[in-house]
This record gives sequence, structure tokens and C-alpha cells, in this order.
Amino acid sequence: MIKYILIIANFILVIQFTSAQIAVKGETIYTVSGETIKDGVILIEDGKITKVGPISKVKIPDSFKVYEGKVVTPGLVDAHATVGFSGIYNNKDDQMQLEKSSPIQPELRAIDGYNPQEALIAYLNSKGVTTVHTGHGPGAVISGQTFVAKTDGETIEQVTIDDATMLAMTIGPSVRSNFKSPGTTAKEIAMLRTELLKAQDYQKKNQNKDVTKHPSRNLKMEALSQLLEGKIKALITVNSSNLIMTAIRLAEEFNLKLVLDGAAESYLLIDEIKAAKAEVILHPTKARGYGDMKNMSWTTAAKLTAAGIPVAMQSGYEPYVPKTRVILYEAAIAVSSGLSFEDGLKSITINAAKIIGQDHKIGSIEKGKDADIVIYDGDPFEYLTHVNTVITNGKVTHEE
Amino acid sequence: MNTRILMFFMISTFLSNAQETPVAYTGALIYPINDSPIENGTLIVQNGKIIAIGTDIKIPDNAKINDVKGKVIMPGLVDTHSHLGNGSGGDQSSALHPEVRLLDAFDPMAVNLMKARAGGLTTINIMPGSGHLMSGQTLYIKTRKGKVIEDLTICKNISGDICGGMKMANGTNSMRDKPFPGTRAKSAAMVRELFIQAQEYQKKLEFSKTAPEKRPERDLRMEGLIEVLDGKRIVHFHTHRHDDVLTAIRISKEFGFKIVLHHVSEAWKVADEIAEAKVPVSLIFIDSPGGKMEAVDLDPKSALALEKAGADVAFHTDDPITDSRLLLRSAAIAVREGMSKPKALEALTLAGARMLELDDRIGSLEKGKDADFIILSEDPLSVYTHVEQTWIEGVKVFDRANNDDKAFAVGGYNVYPEATTHVHD
Repeated sequence: MIKYILIIANFILVIQFTSAQIAVKGETIYTVSGETIKDGVILIEDGKITKVGPISKVKIPDSFKVYEGKVVTPGLVDAHATVGFSGIYNNKDDQMQLEKSSPIQPELRAIDGYNPQEALIAYLNSKGVTTVHTGHGPGAVISGQTFVAKTDGETIEQVTIDDATMLAMTIGPSVRSNFKSPGTTAKEIAMLRTELLKAQDYQKKNQNKDVTKHPSRNLKMEALSQLLEGKIKALITVNSSNLIMTAIRLAEEFNLKLVLDGAAESYLLIDEIKAAKAEVILHPTKARGYGDMKNMSWTTAAKLTAAGIPVAMQSGYEPYVPKTRVILYEAAIAVSSGLSFEDGLKSITINAAKIIGQDHKIGSIEKGKDADIVIYDGDPFEYLTHVNTVITNGKVTHEE
Repeated sequence: MNTRILMFFMISTFLSNAQETPVAYTGALIYPINDSPIENGTLIVQNGKIIAIGTDIKIPDNAKINDVKGKVIMPGLVDTHSHLGNGSGGDQSSALHPEVRLLDAFDPMAVNLMKARAGGLTTINIMPGSGHLMSGQTLYIKTRKGKVIEDLTICKNISGDICGGMKMANGTNSMRDKPFPGTRAKSAAMVRELFIQAQEYQKKLEFSKTAPEKRPERDLRMEGLIEVLDGKRIVHFHTHRHDDVLTAIRISKEFGFKIVLHHVSEAWKVADEIAEAKVPVSLIFIDSPGGKMEAVDLDPKSALALEKAGADVAFHTDDPITDSRLLLRSAAIAVREGMSKPKALEALTLAGARMLELDDRIGSLEKGKDADFIILSEDPLSVYTHVEQTWIEGVKVFDRANNDDKAFAVGGYNVYPEATTHVHD
């Protein structure tokens, strides 16, 4: 962790020299965390937001380069993607999201599999997505780890803001289609519980004061220990209502920090999800409704939000086309299906930032946060609106 | 929705025949497509046809008035390429299936057709396939509610009439192990060989008109292809890369068949060549490029490039590749990327009708045409707009004010129980 913080700090020093000081003027600035500002301005220095306020109160220094537009939002945060693992070509060489040699591989690190130069990452950046929580995909009992990256940068060191965020797990039919065993969901859960019990045992042995009694290092057990300690969350892709309850039961048994992913039938279990204090990263609205997604609804985001469950949107994993989805377009359909504009915007900014543990850094326009800013020529959700300018870490990364 | 509700819909459809009493829809902003938008317009419908449209038109005394002030009316949308209805096409035994008819497997009661009705789609080209050089014969339907296939088809006699087009493809879609081609050149050679066979069969048939004893034996494969060679069956050609696009055009010119290009990810690279060849294009917009090598350069600016070049452009869903409930969005994306609004709205309606050669009946709101129209809450290109009602030949097939219908518009528990999919290669 500290290593990465140092690297990022280094990176920011580099930015100091490569990015000018910037002022962003907007007719409407949606700060998300605070008041919406009419005729506002954001000052950016050294990759950070240094001032936000109405233009009448914030003076723009002469040396600042000014960008302006109708609507300004924070850089968008994709709460769950596989981009950078599943590439644009969709051939064997650029699909790194799922290792099929074994159904439980928590030791697979995201930082060892991510391609920061994947074309789709630049594409997402051009659509306003400045941060992605991405990693190993759905389809295995535990497919591996996820991490958080900025969508601008050449190397893993430059882009990483959290090197291990969650363990990607799946409960449901896609696991059966990828592995001979588990061949049933009940077997899958039994396998998972067995591994977690082993990890509890591993933890216990490691606490022995006599270091000679410690077990030899085991990468799988180390990753599961992190999960059990709550240092990383359990990202469980699960859609049908009975299996959502299975995920909740599992999380309770092992005291896991549960993030329900996909959650197509979550609208049936609002009370249960609230009681379990589970977080929800909802399936893309435009996901295809087949298999365990068949009961999905465009109104789910609105229903969960109304019930007090904050929802984050995701691009998710798509085996065919579109190879990545764009959360702005997914949230737009939720907003046209009953979610308020403000909650729609939260679902792709601050709510996502909170779930991935980065809300101290990103997800809103506030002094001290990373200068990730998007400028539009109209309502961000409207089909006809263009993303005109994207600023990532204080650097203009897209201009139309 | 459950079967009981579905049955109720169907029964009510059979009871409500096209209106003999004229119905006037008044006060809407009407996009007739063949003409400029009409503010505060009136549309009058009788016996399933449009009998009048305009501002200062006389409403017959016996007409029922339907006040739709503040709403928007446009023609029912035409989807030139869809896989709704759980149909099928050719199998893996061959790369070419000219004799296979989608209509023999199409389910006219498929619940997923409600997606189309909810999206305002009134005419659809249902395609077999995919993954073959020639997947089989397509089916043109209206999204009327019905029980048997004839309740939906455009043609009257499904056993005698030509009821659709022919689906073809090139590029990687149809390349794999034998008996499929392994390369692009082989793909073209296999198609050309088949068409040459058909030309010879056609010659023998011609000759037998004067010498009946020489009539060749019936051959279903050849019969399907002769309809193509005679220009009675339009080829709907899946193609992505610029060189594949030109190959498709080249083969269509060699054998003189009518062709509509579908998907055409790289249309923007060869827009002038497409326009020059006078070949129409049906585009699809995917939310990111790629997913396969030949779609890496997919760009929604193709719509503008084709408009500038003077080519005819339509849009399609390829449902389930994109959702039938979001076809209007395609026009909005095209406009966002520079296409003119009139052309984009035409691409949703009249242009598609032309590509199915149905523009004498559908695609615009004109006196004498079928009363296929949709009522929208707001501008057709806004994300906040909902399709409120869908009408086919004067019969309402979707009404968002009805909660059961609204469920089809947004989804939910057991709304679409079929949960089938269709995967392209």
C-alpha cells in the first residue's frame, strides 16, 4: 500500500510539470457532495481541486488556462468493470478476466493482469470515466482480485490508486458453465465455505506466538485472510433472489464485507439487503435479460434508492458486444425509468467511490480531491449531449 | 407477464378489428417523415389506414376524437434486423442454407415481441442466423398481436408469397472449420459457386418454358436463390470491415441481386463507394467499439458520413444485441454524431421501409398508408421520452398507461420468462 502511495506521490510531482494550472467554468456545476453551483468555477493546481465556488467569489488567476461549458460533473467512477482485463479484440490474447484452471483462485492479483494501455480504457476516459474498479471477472467461485485505477496513464504504477480492493466471486449458473466442478450451486457454496474455514485456521495458526508454528506462506490463504479481516470486500456477482440470500448468509457466517454485484432481483429483497448492510453495484441497465438476469428491470435503481439503499452503476463484464459499457449511458436509462437526476449522478460518482473505498479522493467536486472533471454541452444523461472535455488528475485527457 | 394476461391481450385483439368509425388524433406534433413536421396536427385513421393528415383538415362528423395535445406522433418504427420471436435458421451442416425459412420456426406468441411493441416497433425483418454465409430466408412481420404466424406476417400466403429476404454474411462471422470457409476469399468463392449453380438452374427453368419435358427437378435451395436472382427476395448482408463491404457489393453486382448492407461498422471508411453503388445501409450502434477484430473501428459517425455521401441509411436493433425498446436511441446517437434530425427520423421509419420494399404501405404518415404510428411523450430523440402508445393498422398493441404493458417497457419479475439468447460469432 505505502509503496503505491509513494509512487502516486511521485506521479503527482510529474503532473506538476506536465499539466498547467486549470480553471473550469460551468453554467451548472454538479459538485455531488455539496450544493449545485450556478455559474461556478473550479480551480485546479497540481492535479488537485484547490477551490470551488460561484464565479462572483472565485477569482481566476491570469496564469490559469480556462475551460468552460454548460454542465460540469466530477469524473465518473465505474463501480465494477473488467476493462483492461477483457480487451477490445475479444480474442484469446486479450481476455485475461477469467482463469479457468481452478474455480477458486483468490491469489490472482489485479495488478498482474491489468493492461493500462488497453484501447477501451482511453475510450472510457473520452466518455468521462476517470476511475474504474476493475479486475477479475465473474464466472468462477473466486476468480481473483480487483483493484482501482485511473483511466489515464501508461504503467500500472501510474494508474493504480488501490492495488487490492475486492475479491471477485460469483454465485450462479455462469460458474457451472466454466467448470466441471462445482456442478451445482450447493456444491459451490460448500467449496467456498471449506476454503474460508481453512483460511480461518491459517489466520489462527499465524497468530501463534511461536513463529516456528506458523504455516508456510500460502498466497491463496493470504488473500482469503485479507477478506476475513475485512481489508478487502467480497464482491459477489449474484442475480436471482434465492442466491442473493445465499450470499447474505455466507457473508454473515464469515463476517465478510458484502458487495452485491449484478443483483438483478434485488428489488424483491429490499428489507433483507438493508438488514444485511450489503452494498449494491447494480447490473448495467442495458445488460441482456437472459439466464439469471431474466427478471431484471430498468426500475431497480430507482426502487433501491427510494428504499435508502445507495446504488452504484457498473459497466460489468460483457462476453460479446459492447466489449465495455459506458456507465453514463447505463445510468441514463435508470434516470429515464424513475431514478432522479441527482441520484443518477451519484450512482456513477460518489456512491461508486464510497463502495470502492475512495470517496476521500474522488467522486465529488471538493477542495482537496483529485481534479477529475467532466465538461458537457448539456444534460449529461441526454442522448444528444456531448462529453466535451475530460480532466484526469488535473490533466486534460480528452477534448472534443 | 403470465399466460392469462397474454391470452387476454390476444383475445381483445381479435375482437377489436380495425376501426370502421374514423378516429382523429388531434393536437400533437406530427412527424410525417415524407414531409415537414406538423405542429398541432391532426391524424385521421379509418379501417386500418390513414385517411387524412394535416392542420386544417375536416374531421368527419362521426369521428371519435382522441385529444393528444402536447404529444408527438410519428410512424411506427421499422427494424430492419432483429432476432425476436425465438426463430432459427440454418444449422452447422453447411455454410449456405438458401432453402431454410425462419418462418417455419418463428413463434408468433413469443413474449419478447412485447419489447418491440413497447419500443414502438411496428414492422420488423426477423432474421435467421447468425454465423453462416447464407443463414436462410428472413421474415417480414408487423408486431400485431396474434396466435398464428399469418396474424403477423406482411405477406398474405406464407406458403406461396415471398414473405421476407435472404440473410447473408461475410467476414469472420461465417469463417470456421469445414464445411465453413476458413478465409475471406474462400467465403466469396463459395457464394459465387452457389449463385452460378442457381443461374444455371434458372436457365434450365427458362428453357423448359418451351420444352416442359426438360423442366429440372424441384430444388428448394435453387428456388430460394432464383427469387434472389429475380430481385423478388432482397439480400440482407451482415458485413463489418471496409473490404468485406465492397466484396458484398461486388458479388451483388456480379449476380444482379438486390442488397441491403447490415451493421457495417466501417461504413465511414467507404461511404462514397457505398453511395456510388446505390446500396442502402442499415446501421447498428454499439456502446463501445470492438468485441471482434472487424468491429474495432466501429464509429457512430458512419451515419453522418453516409448521409453526406448520399446513401440511404436505416437503423436496426439486432435484438438481443441491442434492445428493441431503445431503437429510438439509435437516431439520437446518429444526431449526436452529426446526422441531420430529419434523416435520422427517416432512418427509423421510411428508409427501413424502402429497404424491405414496403414503402408503398408503411414508413410515413400519408393518406392511404397503413395506420401504423406511435404516440410519444416528448421529442423522439430525448432519453426522457417514452413510447406511450403503439398502433398498427388502427389497432393499439401497446399502452404505457396500462400497468401490465408498462411492465413490458421496463422489465421485472417474470415479465420476459423466455430468457433466450442469440449469439453471433
